[in-house]
Amino acid sequence: MELSGAEILLECLNREGVEVIFGYPGGVITDIYDHLPKTKIRHVLVRHEQAAVHAADSYARASGKVGVVLVTSGPGATNTVTGIASAFMDSVPLVVITGQVPTGVIGNDAFQEVDIVGITRSCTKHNYLVKEISSLAKTVKEAFHLASTGRPGPILVDLPKDVISGKTEFKYPRKVIMRSYKPTYEAHPKQIRKAFDLMAKSKKPVIYAGGGVISSGAHRELTALAELMQIPVTTTLMGLGGFPGVHELWLGMLGMHGTYQANMAVAACDLLIAVGARFDDRVTGKLDEFCPDAKMIHIDIDPTSIKKNVDIHVPIVGDCRNALSKALNLAKEEFKDREMDGGGAGDRQSWLKQIQTWRETYSLEYEQTDDGPIKPQYVVEEIYRLTKGKAIITTEVGQNQMWAAQYYNFTKPRTFITSGGLGCMGFGLPAALGAQIAHPKKLVIDIAGDGSIQMNIQELATAVENKLPVKVAILNNQYLGMVRQFQEIFYDKRYVATSLASAPDFVKLSEAYGAVGLRAEKPGEVTLVLEEAFNIKRPVVMDFRVAREECVYPMVPAGAAMTNMLLA
Amino acid sequence: MMNNENRTISVLVDNEPGVLSRVTGLFSGRGFNIESLSVGETLDPTISRITLVTSGSPLIVEQIIKQLRKLINVIKVVDLTNTEFVEREMLLIKVRAEAASRAEVLRIVDIFRCKVVDASPHFYTVEVTGSESKIKAVLDLLAPLGIEEIVKTGKIAIARSRK
Repeated sequence: MELSGAEILLECLNREGVEVIFGYPGGVITDIYDHLPKTKIRHVLVRHEQAAVHAADSYARASGKVGVVLVTSGPGATNTVTGIASAFMDSVPLVVITGQVPTGVIGNDAFQEVDIVGITRSCTKHNYLVKEISSLAKTVKEAFHLASTGRPGPILVDLPKDVISGKTEFKYPRKVIMRSYKPTYEAHPKQIRKAFDLMAKSKKPVIYAGGGVISSGAHRELTALAELMQIPVTTTLMGLGGFPGVHELWLGMLGMHGTYQANMAVAACDLLIAVGARFDDRVTGKLDEFCPDAKMIHIDIDPTSIKKNVDIHVPIVGDCRNALSKALNLAKEEFKDREMDGGGAGDRQSWLKQIQTWRETYSLEYEQTDDGPIKPQYVVEEIYRLTKGKAIITTEVGQNQMWAAQYYNFTKPRTFITSGGLGCMGFGLPAALGAQIAHPKKLVIDIAGDGSIQMNIQELATAVENKLPVKVAILNNQYLGMVRQFQEIFYDKRYVATSLASAPDFVKLSEAYGAVGLRAEKPGEVTLVLEEAFNIKRPVVMDFRVAREECVYPMVPAGAAMTNMLLA
Repeated sequence: MMNNENRTISVLVDNEPGVLSRVTGLFSGRGFNIESLSVGETLDPTISRITLVTSGSPLIVEQIIKQLRKLINVIKVVDLTNTEFVEREMLLIKVRAEAASRAEVLRIVDIFRCKVVDASPHFYTVEVTGSESKIKAVLDLLAPLGIEEIVKTGKIAIARSRK
């Protein structure tokens, strides 16, 4: 039987096990929408295409599945670019389907035409313009395969109108055959042996884990290996939740706003074991002074991540989980007869003691007085305390994001969802929707700022319509706080374009959307507002009027060495 | 960057629209150099070969090769620089050839085994094929006679067969 392109696409999605699409209709994809109700796939109508991509991104991260987006040509497609770029930087598996003008008019500057394949070439893992309906099914199959294997990433599939409405015999390929794409999953045993020997010999090792630990599901292996070999662990922003944030070997996050002990330990270590991380500039600071005395091991599924920014002594290309479980097996064999005092390497005690003295700087301390203004850190700590660390936290970008990362002790993977690499304001609210759809019964909280939340606040309508009981905690300081902080510290308090004193009443605004709005203005109200919000089975926006000029500390000035931390 | 040296890299890619732009976009997006580039179909019409000459420190060149391999349409990347290979580029030179200098042009053409492929009352167009150094030598000798215009191809290269 012949099917139309629209029917073929939807059948392909069905066979890939797609349960939900985040989308927004438009001229050239109306055929697809016409057929959508005949499928079992849920469609979530967002209010802006960028939000569709962030929601799909977060759905993918929370669930481990591929996120799917459907938008129209032209502006529909260009509105997805920021979301795609964010997913690309954070290695999130997405399939973004865009409509395109009919093949016959491509290149003619037709109505709602853009060269979206050209535009997104550098921010997708790969992209396709499907020119013939005969290659549609194969392309969709490849798209899902590419998105979800190797280093995951967004794939864009551009579908011209005539391909969508054309007809052909449907055959879904069983297998993907691509001569040029064979990601390496198996870590080389010889390299693992070399790495393990270094780890066993090292007196001052540190594990530096990134998002790869979460996407490969390697958190158990990571924890077991760290415990067995008594190696302290720090993670990147993307790696939070990949190692229990309450563990005695936990150093906290490293980098620009990392803890004192994490940055000091990394600077002083004799062996850095990087797992699924990419030596981002926010982590390394000044490259010449990053880990000057350390040997380095780097495990990553993407060979281009290895030796991109720093030289590596033992490169290991492979899946993080595969590599860590092999290393763990070696550790179990070698150490089964040894006493575990201070770990396999014997003399780790002095290193752990040194780290303990660094911890005692308490770099994440702040003071909350009863009658002073609400401290934003206090709000995050209260969210942690009340949710017992079991909520899924999404964030916007800026101070809110850093405080969430610093003060919520993430203990489980896939519970912290943030725009890490791109640092994309407006991410948190749509991300909360995606996470809530992936986990309808979990408490999902967007820790937001008053700047970022206004970048995609229209998604409150999506939350209300779809009965998604997400909670938004706005740390409202009436500033673009992170940039204001830069201006305070590095620009002699010359505040330019960072005041947001002219803002909507977030409580009334929430109510206007049909959500619930709550406000806390005094420290004593914080807990009450949070408790009330968590008990409401509807979307709630909480407006926390926090100390206006609170800064995120520790802070390392951009481009400085990581030991050069401002502590307050 | 220290130790910058030219590297000749051979890249086999899917012969599809847009692939070249993925390769050149990678270079421009990441700030890598392209000194020269040439593309053509291989014996297998579904595969094209891109020969490109680039430069950078050893770490950068390693990164360039890895990034090329990461592109989905790239099938194989070989750095020919450290192997035995034959390289050629071609140059068309429009050189002034008046009565007084014609003989000199022809002598140089002869020495370097070039060819005159077009002649007009005032100009000869000379075709030179060879290595970079030969092409430079021909240019140096013809320059005093008056070069009007040149057109140069990118470099192409092939590994030598094992003896």
